[in-house]
Amino acid sequence: MSATDIDTESHIPPVPDDAVLVGERMTGGYGGADILHSCTIAVERGKIAVVVGPNGAGKSTAMKAVFGMLPLREGSVRLEGRDITGLTPQARVAEGMAFVPQNNNIFPSMTVRENLEMGAFLRRDGIAETMQQVYELFPILGEKREQPTGELSGGQRQQVAVGRALMTRPSVLMLDEPTAGVSPIVMDELFDRIIEVARTGISILMVEQNARQALAIADTGYVMVQGRNRFTDTGQALLADPEVRKSFLGG
Amino acid sequence: MDPLNALLALTNFVLIPGIAYGSQLALGALGVTLIYGILRFANIAHGDVMAFGTMWTILGTWLLKSWGVSLGFLPTALLVLPFGIVMTVLYLLAADKLVFSFYRKQRVRPVTLVMASLGVMFVTNGLVRLIIGPGSQYFEDGERFIINVREFMATTGLEEGVGLRTAQALTIAVALIVMVALFWFLNRTRTGKSMRAYSDNEDLALLSGINPDRVVMVTWILAGGLAAIAGVLFGLDKGFRPFTYFQMLLPIFAAAIVGGLGNPMGAIAGGYIIALSEMSITYAWRRVVAHLAPEGWEPNNLLQVLSSDYNLAVSFAIMVLVLIFRPTGIFRGKTI
Amino acid sequence: MSVNWRNISLFSLMGLLLIMTGVNQSWTLALTIVNMGLISSIMALGVNMQWGYAGLFNVGVMGYTALGGLAVVLISMPPVGEAWSAGGFGVLLGILIGVGTILAAIALWNRMAPGKLRVLALIAVLVGGFALNRYFFLPAAAAIEAVNPASEGYLGGLGLPVLLAWPVGALFAAAAAWLIGRVALGLRSDYLAIATLGISEIIINFLKNEDWLSRGVKNVVGLPRPIPTPVEMRQYEFVFQLSQMTGLPVNRMATIASMAGFALLFLLVLAILMWLAEKALNSPWGRMMRAIRDNETAARAMGKDVTKRHLNIFVLGSAVCGLAGAMMVTLDGQLNPGTYEPLRYTFLIWVMVIVGGQGNNWGAVLGGMLIWFLWVQVEPAGRWLAYVLTSGFGADSAVRDHIMNNVAHMRLLTMGLAMLLVMRFSPRGLIPER
Repeated sequence: MSATDIDTESHIPPVPDDAVLVGERMTGGYGGADILHSCTIAVERGKIAVVVGPNGAGKSTAMKAVFGMLPLREGSVRLEGRDITGLTPQARVAEGMAFVPQNNNIFPSMTVRENLEMGAFLRRDGIAETMQQVYELFPILGEKREQPTGELSGGQRQQVAVGRALMTRPSVLMLDEPTAGVSPIVMDELFDRIIEVARTGISILMVEQNARQALAIADTGYVMVQGRNRFTDTGQALLADPEVRKSFLGG
Repeated sequence: MDPLNALLALTNFVLIPGIAYGSQLALGALGVTLIYGILRFANIAHGDVMAFGTMWTILGTWLLKSWGVSLGFLPTALLVLPFGIVMTVLYLLAADKLVFSFYRKQRVRPVTLVMASLGVMFVTNGLVRLIIGPGSQYFEDGERFIINVREFMATTGLEEGVGLRTAQALTIAVALIVMVALFWFLNRTRTGKSMRAYSDNEDLALLSGINPDRVVMVTWILAGGLAAIAGVLFGLDKGFRPFTYFQMLLPIFAAAIVGGLGNPMGAIAGGYIIALSEMSITYAWRRVVAHLAPEGWEPNNLLQVLSSDYNLAVSFAIMVLVLIFRPTGIFRGKTI
Repeated sequence: MSVNWRNISLFSLMGLLLIMTGVNQSWTLALTIVNMGLISSIMALGVNMQWGYAGLFNVGVMGYTALGGLAVVLISMPPVGEAWSAGGFGVLLGILIGVGTILAAIALWNRMAPGKLRVLALIAVLVGGFALNRYFFLPAAAAIEAVNPASEGYLGGLGLPVLLAWPVGALFAAAAAWLIGRVALGLRSDYLAIATLGISEIIINFLKNEDWLSRGVKNVVGLPRPIPTPVEMRQYEFVFQLSQMTGLPVNRMATIASMAGFALLFLLVLAILMWLAEKALNSPWGRMMRAIRDNETAARAMGKDVTKRHLNIFVLGSAVCGLAGAMMVTLDGQLNPGTYEPLRYTFLIWVMVIVGGQGNNWGAVLGGMLIWFLWVQVEPAGRWLAYVLTSGFGADSAVRDHIMNNVAHMRLLTMGLAMLLVMRFSPRGLIPER
């Protein structure tokens, strides 16, 4: 065993017993060299887990691996205790996972309501109730339900994207940098909404560039460096940790 | 000064033929724009596919006539049209299975798909000429006129008359019904919405569980139906000749591009814009202006901007202007 | 450089096919195929420069070849003095006004500040210029067309040697390509396809309708020839000797000699073009073009002016097509705009490029020869096949009659199938790109 392997090994966090979604010891990449090295992330029921780290740390890649968009060489992904490592992203949606990509996450020429309907495409039962819940969560979407989403502001589009993902009534909601490119005020509002979503019992796994604000709402925080786990703790503990502050939060 | 007669002349020579032709172009452009929106390539075979559908309709018409079946004052072709549509749809689905799906799965550059459509165009063209021949076919039967110019003038006692041929009225009516049905389908049904979603954002559509194979299949079915209807209406109005259908490709694409490729509403608007511009630029305005000009000021030349041989040039010029000044088209189609 | 046995054997096989045609059918047929095959090869070379070097999808080949053909009329035919005096001045004035209007419109658009006023001024200039143009042009054109309409009715040419028309034809095509390239090259490849398809149809429309220029569909016949006609050939001593040697009648030998003369001339042009094209392809310029084709974004990031490079190659390739068009009209001895059909003059060339091997000049040449050979030979083969297949219908069956009548169109089907099959199963063609 080389030095880095031991180093990696010592930072791998234990998996909580009541985790809804676990990506355990994930190793893999797009064909060539591995990007992830024994990376573990997990989220508990109704909790918020946030993955932070410097640029190129493999945060988004880890998220994609959990969602089945990256072939894994080693490791496994489990949802509610079942092994879903072999499933396609579409099949994972059917199993109760929802994913909000960072970019191009809405249907711009379709109205807000149609976007939500498309989110519920796989559901054959009535969706009116879920749609009403989304409108209650994001009142602005209720007001603009007949407007094409391409005409909305950046923050409103992100709300549409989250709303669309919620339409499948997922057990886990995965967000890839939901606040990228929105103003600080909108960002705070979005985080408030995300906390509200978590309160309804939906677990949230989120990758964030704005580490400080994101860790503030996180039940669990994962700090990743070069495709490996580096620190894992509650959000508050990470924010208080001088080493984390110095290296990753700018002092 | 005689505005009423001027208006009648305008209606008879520009508006009615222009709107009929515009409806045919709009239906063709809808097919092109749907394929572009969903499959993301310009299908060069579309004109010949229209000819293919029309050919089966003509063959069916001949057969029905030989049995003595007709549709009264309406053209018999209307009765055979569903058969033409089915044949066209089957042909396109086969073409997709044998040709296009292979390249789609490989996620090739769009230009490769355009080239494949070139091959399909060649084959379709060959099939049509082999089966029905390259010559002209006229298959309009039933009552030729709904309003006859001479009768109109006799009844009203006016100097100018308005004529409305059955084929023209039928074209406008059928096109209207088809467009309304298509928009209802795209905006109100689950499958239609999933098509729009797929056109908007393919990756997100896949994430939402939309089945791409189904979307593609429905697209070909709609494109085939639209092509066959457009082809038959055009054939009833102006006669069928394979080469003319190939040439229709240019005004059809001009219509789709002017309206914004990938945008169905744009395709319809583009169809009428192209048709009415063609008509008004190649029409000799002397007759209309003579009614409007004061006594003794009647124009002595034709007042025709371009000879009607240049109708292709008109649609091309409009298309080029749009490409220069607003490349996404009037209704903002897909970005390039 | 190692000897490429594969290519040599492919070309030998092609030669064998032609020799078999000569032996089994006739030498005149074989030479007819060779002559048109060489011209097709040059057209395919032009298309291959655009597609293979730069990935530009040009489906307007027909237009450029027709412009090349027009050059032959305008250069080599004697001028019609009476027509010039009847309306030459008016036509020239009309053209000058037209060009002036467009230049004025462009200048106005660039100089004036954006706004409603600019649009109105632009429309005023265009409408005014157009009306003025029609005022001088139309009567003049009518006057020209009235001069001896059965055989002339056009301005004629400059009466210069016909070979001069070949480079001029290339120039005409290049000018048209420059104009269309300026508009369409910055856009997505689909748009270029539609734009080139459109411009080629319009060029043919123009040639069919502007009788004052080249007699429209009344055709210009009897164009001067760079090679002696068979009748003239009969006077030559060597023709007589060859006829003695081979045992062929002198008339046949003279025809063959005349056609062989064309073949040699075409071969010379092809050889020069080939040499230039290969040299260009392997030069730094050619490597840059291929780099741009393979990764446009990267090339742009490296500061290459991709659109400008595309315009260069687009103009060059079209010029080659124009040259081939001029050669073809010279071979035929007539300009016949009614026979220009996109299937034959545009899409068939594409089949040649794809079957021969995209991106390889030798492939384009072989494809041009082979596909033209098949184009000519598939018809009798198809006729025979249809005859056999329909023999079950009985001799006087209407269905059989109908199919036999349309059997000539079998070749469209065959070519389409050949193209699709090669694209699918051997996308690199007979002679792949190195």
